[in-house]
This record gives sequence, structure tokens and C-alpha cells, in this order.
Amino acid sequence: MKRFLWPLAIFILLVGFLAVGLRLDPREVPSPLVGRPAPAFELPVLHQPDKRFVPGDMRGKVWLLNVWASWCVSCRDEHPLLVELSKKGILPILGLNYKDKGEDAQRWLKQFGDPYQLSVVDADGRIGIDYGVYGVPETYLIDAEGVIRYKQIGPLTMAILEQKVLPLAKALRK
Amino acid sequence: MRSLLLISILVFTAFTTNGVQAQTNDSQTEQRIRQLSEKIRCLVCQNQSLADSNAELAQDLRQQLREQVTAGRSDDQILDYLVQRYGDFVLYEPPFKATTVLLWIGPFVLLAAAALVLVATLRRRRRAPEEPALGPEDKRLVERVLGPASPPERDGSAR
Repeated sequence: MKRFLWPLAIFILLVGFLAVGLRLDPREVPSPLVGRPAPAFELPVLHQPDKRFVPGDMRGKVWLLNVWASWCVSCRDEHPLLVELSKKGILPILGLNYKDKGEDAQRWLKQFGDPYQLSVVDADGRIGIDYGVYGVPETYLIDAEGVIRYKQIGPLTMAILEQKVLPLAKALRK
Repeated sequence: MRSLLLISILVFTAFTTNGVQAQTNDSQTEQRIRQLSEKIRCLVCQNQSLADSNAELAQDLRQQLREQVTAGRSDDQILDYLVQRYGDFVLYEPPFKATTVLLWIGPFVLLAAAALVLVATLRRRRRAPEEPALGPEDKRLVERVLGPASPPERDGSAR
């Protein structure tokens, strides 16, 4: 009897592993940047190209950096949520306009609303590479010391915002 | 006239060898970029290497590779640069560290365990006394069903 229990046990174990494996999302790559200082950059501001922004300007604040582009379809899905969040004024949101054309980006914001305190222009995607961006939209929660605390790959959802981002932001502000 | 010819030949060869050298340098760079990009996963289409992918990000990253190779950075430095941004996942060959020990050693552990089980089973089988084909109990049962064995016939078949 015992000799039949062994294969059964191994089989159940294997099924367990496979069941867990099937539920994992292969697109969710753990970012090595979480817990590390946000990479520095100096980029022109979308609406005022002669002005430049550095992440150091946000020192002392907890803020969201949202990577977006007018050509990005899922950014459109995410956008109303960001607009709503910005209206509540809980968390400053800054945009990183990724590999986009200036006019397209501005038109897009005019059409769908502009939740961003400001957007910076990463025209050639170089800063995107520094931030490990590979699927727009991506969102980073950055703390008062300029350290990345959370990274969302793909669109933010109400659930993620309420269960992860906002509680974390609240805890960081203390 | 002859000297003019000689000079022109010299000048010409100087130019061409120069050109050839630049070309080999170039193809070396290309080869390094190719080799590197085959080790790197394209994060947009995850089952393709950076070399095979035509995603825009892959093109940007190949451009990064080109710049860094031209700048004379070593392969390790370049791979580090990518791992810092995209994590170990960007490498097709995961590095050996605490979280990947099982991945690297697991198959060998399984193999060793299987070998041990095999050896143990074989030994046990050899040590076990061979059971007689029929025990006295079985013989009695056979006799009861078939009747007592007839010795002459059996003798006949043996001869």
C-alpha cells in the first residue's frame, strides 16, 4: 500500500507546483529598483520645454512617477483613475512622457485631462531604460528620500491603488 | 615614372589596409553585440532574445549595447548595467546565488537521490533469498485440485 502512496504524493506535489505556476504572471518581473534611489535625470518639461526637471525637486515629498505615452493604449484605460486621484490631491503625480511626440502628447492630455503636476519628456527612451521600463504604462512610488518603494508594471487599477499604493504612501509620509 | 607608380601603390595600399582594419574592428563590434544580445531576454516578447526581437525597446537596448561596446566596456559591465535596471530576469542564464541554488543544484540532487534509491533497491533484491517457486502450502493445494502427482510419468519426462 505504501508503495502506491509515494507516487501519489509526488503527483499531488507536482500538481500543486503547476497550479501555483499557472497563476503567476510572467509579465510581472520583480524590479531590482524597488528599495533603491530613483535614477537621476534632467529632462525638459512637456509644457515648458525651456524648463528642466530633476527628481531632486520632489525631495521631501512622496510622489508617483507615471510613465505614459499618447501611443499607449492601456494608458488610456488607466488615465481616468489618475485624473480622479489628482483631483483628490492625495498624492502628487508626475508624468514621464516616454518616446512620444510633443504635440501628440499635449493633444492627448487636452483630450483626456492632465492629472500631472508636470510631465517630463523622455523622447528617446533613455531615461526609460534607466528606470527599467519595458511596458508602458508603469508607475513608481517614490518616497521623501527619493527611494523607489513600489513599481507597478502595466496600468494601475482601483484595487491596486487602494490596497497597495495608497496605504504604502500613507505609511511613508509618516 | 617607376617611383611615381611605387608611391601611388604605397598610398593606395595604405588606404586600403586602413579600410580593412576599420572593417574588422567593426565586424568584431558587431559580433560582440550579437553575442551579448543573444544572452539577453527581450522583456517585451519574453521568449525572444534581444538579438531576435524587433520590439522598439529591443532596438533601443541594442543601440545601448552598441554604444557601450564602442565605449570599450566589458561584457560583464554591460550585463551588469542591464541587470541593475531589469533584474536577473533579463539574463537567459540565471546567476548562481542563494535564491537560485535549487535551480542549479536541484537536478543533480534529484539524480543523486534516484541513484541512491536504485542502488538500495538492487542490493535489497540481491540480498533477499530467492523464494521457492512453490511452497509446501502451494504443493498441497495443487495436489488437492489435480490429484496426487504420478511419479512414473514425471520420471519419464525427465529422461
